[in-house]
Amino acid sequence: MEAFLANPEQALVQLLTGLAGASSLFLVASGLSIIFGVTRIVNFAHGSFYMLGAFIAYSALEHLPRTPLGFWGGVLAAALAVAAIGLVVELVLLRRIYRAPELFQLLATFGVVLVVQDIALAVWGAEDLLGPRAPGLRGAVTILGQPFPAYDLVLVFIGPAVLGLLMLLFHATRWGVLVRAATQDREMVQALGVNQAWLFTGVFALGSFLAGLGGALQVPREAASLHMDLAIIAEVFVVVVVGGLGSIPGAFLAALLIAVVHAFGIVIFPKITLALIFLVMAVVLVFRPYGLLGRPLAPQRASGDALAARGYGKSDYPGLGLAVIAALALLAFAGGDYALTVLTEILILALFAASLHFMMGPGGMASFGHAAYFGLGAYGAALLVKYWAAPMALGLLAAPLAAGFMGVVFGWFCVRLSGVYLAMLTLAFAQIVWSIAFQWVEVTGGDNGVLGVWPSEWAHAKEAYYLLALALCGASILLLRRMIFAPFGFALRAGRDSPLRAEATGIDLALVQRVAFSIAAAFAGLAGGLFAYATGSVFPTYISISRSVDALLMVLLGGVETLTGPVIGAALFVGLQEQLARATELWRLLLGLIIILLVLAFPQGIAGAAQRLVARRA
Amino acid sequence: MLSLARIDAFYGRAHILAGVSLALAKGEVLALLGRNGAGKSTTLKTIIGLVPPASGEILFEGRRIDGLPPNRIAQLGIGWVPEDRRIFTDLTVTENLEVGRQPPREDTPAWTPERLFALFPNLAELRNRSGGRISGGEQQMLTIARTLMGNPKLVLLDEPSEGLAPKVVEQMAETILALKREGLAILLSEQNLHFARLVADRASIIEKGRIRYEGTMDALARDADVQREYLSA
Ligand SMILES: Nc1ncnc2c1ncn2[C@@H]1O[C@H](COP(=O)(O)OP(=O)(O)OP(=O)(O)O)[C@@H](O)[C@H]1O
Ligand SMILES: [Mg+2]
Repeated sequence: MEAFLANPEQALVQLLTGLAGASSLFLVASGLSIIFGVTRIVNFAHGSFYMLGAFIAYSALEHLPRTPLGFWGGVLAAALAVAAIGLVVELVLLRRIYRAPELFQLLATFGVVLVVQDIALAVWGAEDLLGPRAPGLRGAVTILGQPFPAYDLVLVFIGPAVLGLLMLLFHATRWGVLVRAATQDREMVQALGVNQAWLFTGVFALGSFLAGLGGALQVPREAASLHMDLAIIAEVFVVVVVGGLGSIPGAFLAALLIAVVHAFGIVIFPKITLALIFLVMAVVLVFRPYGLLGRPLAPQRASGDALAARGYGKSDYPGLGLAVIAALALLAFAGGDYALTVLTEILILALFAASLHFMMGPGGMASFGHAAYFGLGAYGAALLVKYWAAPMALGLLAAPLAAGFMGVVFGWFCVRLSGVYLAMLTLAFAQIVWSIAFQWVEVTGGDNGVLGVWPSEWAHAKEAYYLLALALCGASILLLRRMIFAPFGFALRAGRDSPLRAEATGIDLALVQRVAFSIAAAFAGLAGGLFAYATGSVFPTYISISRSVDALLMVLLGGVETLTGPVIGAALFVGLQEQLARATELWRLLLGLIIILLVLAFPQGIAGAAQRLVARRA
Repeated sequence: MLSLARIDAFYGRAHILAGVSLALAKGEVLALLGRNGAGKSTTLKTIIGLVPPASGEILFEGRRIDGLPPNRIAQLGIGWVPEDRRIFTDLTVTENLEVGRQPPREDTPAWTPERLFALFPNLAELRNRSGGRISGGEQQMLTIARTLMGNPKLVLLDEPSEGLAPKVVEQMAETILALKREGLAILLSEQNLHFARLVADRASIIEKGRIRYEGTMDALARDADVQREYLSA
């Protein structure tokens, strides 16, 4: 580090490297921000468009002449192809769900992520693909005596150039003015005679174009791979949250900040670069909760919708719950080993989903990063076993405590925000936890995880562990249910439905929400601990974005309106995944399509739809 | 020019309009009067298509418009001025006008920013000011000007006098009369009888989603009983 500071030339080169990296990040982030502004959809598939941009550019450059014109033409063509794909996704899918609840939209876009993953795998294969270098820019230029790649130098300028073009588009064209107006109040724009559908489609295509361009420009710098989609989306969420949702200059500033932190982080603290980025974000958010240049967003209005407060179904009777638990207990003596393994997993995931539901349904706080607490519980238990050979009982006690404690810490930040901001922040915190698990190899074993986390002697048998999981998960879910209908739960729901009125009646809303956040984290931690002993091992993937999304999927599949929802959702999810994985190589594609179709068919979730069906019969 | 026949409208399950019928001729100003929550704004939103009616018909120049999306209805020549103004605060005054711009029509006055600045002189000096940084009265003028940029034949004005200083209210009445002279039809939602008297030819009174009274503005002005029953607070 000292050597580094003593060498300002090298620092400058490092800075330039950071700026070059910022360009792509800015392109992708601004695309996400523009799409979100008008459609209010957080497009999870934005990372997939970035990945497609890279893959398509790779293929295009294979076939095009190795000339500057061929290269830049190929990059542009790839971005346009991605724009066309975005257009199709908007026309076929998103257009139908603009009125669905936010989280269903999110789910649908995650369905697209899965579909694109399998398509990319089928077309381009699992190998990483490093593209050709840009003709004419293969070498390095010398800056203050230090060599610096010429292509990176071009990238340094592309970011600001695109920023300038976007500002011109949004301020000097009628289309741009309409987009800015629609970002604030799209219903009013429509009432003034503007065709919204056309505006949305255009915005989505533009956003996709920017993502595709970002991906295509990376091809000469880093290999195109199947992991690009979720890796970039986490970073882009950070950029958008730090910059301020909907602000393009904000996205630019934030991309610079993040890329520079990254570039210097690699030199100074190579071990914790990822964590460093998220720490920067946390610091920014403490001082500016809505990002550097952002503001709290007014929700888009829809006059036709009723303002009615949401209810909370009490149709699930605890008696019924106990009966189901008893029936499940009998299964321990009927099911084979494989069935019990699957059932144990369902139980654990049901608790995981129920804990998320607790903060999401009654609490109105959606988390994109609930896997953090699952993982903290799992690692808490596993590390106790690894370093102190602790017995299982202790591990299962430590799991919820560790996760609950971090829930208190992270919750403090998250509860200050609401809506998508809150959700994105939870995702960012989950990425911190993930990166620590992944990068702190000495302690966590990194990618290799922690092995040998087996249950105590008495719970070794599959039946015994199944019964243990059933007892703990069943009791926890019933406890969560009790809390929902206790005064605490009422306060929580009151806060969700009308924060101002709740505070006026003397409820300390922030406190209630923080407690709910921590409770949800603790129960997710218990689920993680149980999962660790069930599988005998713990890996960073337990904390991955996909696992967080799995939890969301389970909750949303089942419906957020009742606590039976997540339980049904977990069973459905595990069943679906098992069946699909056994039936076909392309299970992600199928799962994605099923998710998309479910969202289109039941925009209120399956349990919600069933409930309404029953209500209609009655 | 515009007629509503037996319109019913709901927000979720709440029944807000029950069999509302209205008719408005070319060049006429009709005041839709009623207390807080009577259903005036909902009636206007039903016409512009933001709250599609559950039953009944709406005819504009002889064609059914109920069920069309708001942008289609606006393109046919109906302009809606919301009660809460809904100015695009991030856009400049000129940009706000641009959002409202529609191609000119044969049989209606074609508005340009210049003509509107002549009608609303205060706005002329604020062209490049952002919509969030002008006064309430100026915002009220801007929201009307923005709607006029669509060259409507019929304007739905929702409580334009609300919350304005007496001097600005007078100016507003002048403006409405000027629009009437241009040949525009105006459906004015109002709580304030005195303001309505300054500009309207006829009045309909709505209460709890039903039309309770119809007559000329003069007749209503003389009818103290009706006023007491449906209007005075
Ligand atoms: N989005 C909504 N959801 C549910 N109820 C609504 C909604 N908007 C309005 N209402 C209700 O519909 C009724 C009619 O409202 P409306 O806004 O049409 O009244 P108004 O006559 O314009 O009143 P004001 O003079 O206060 O503007 C009121 O009882 C109101 O509470
Ligand atoms: Mg009103």
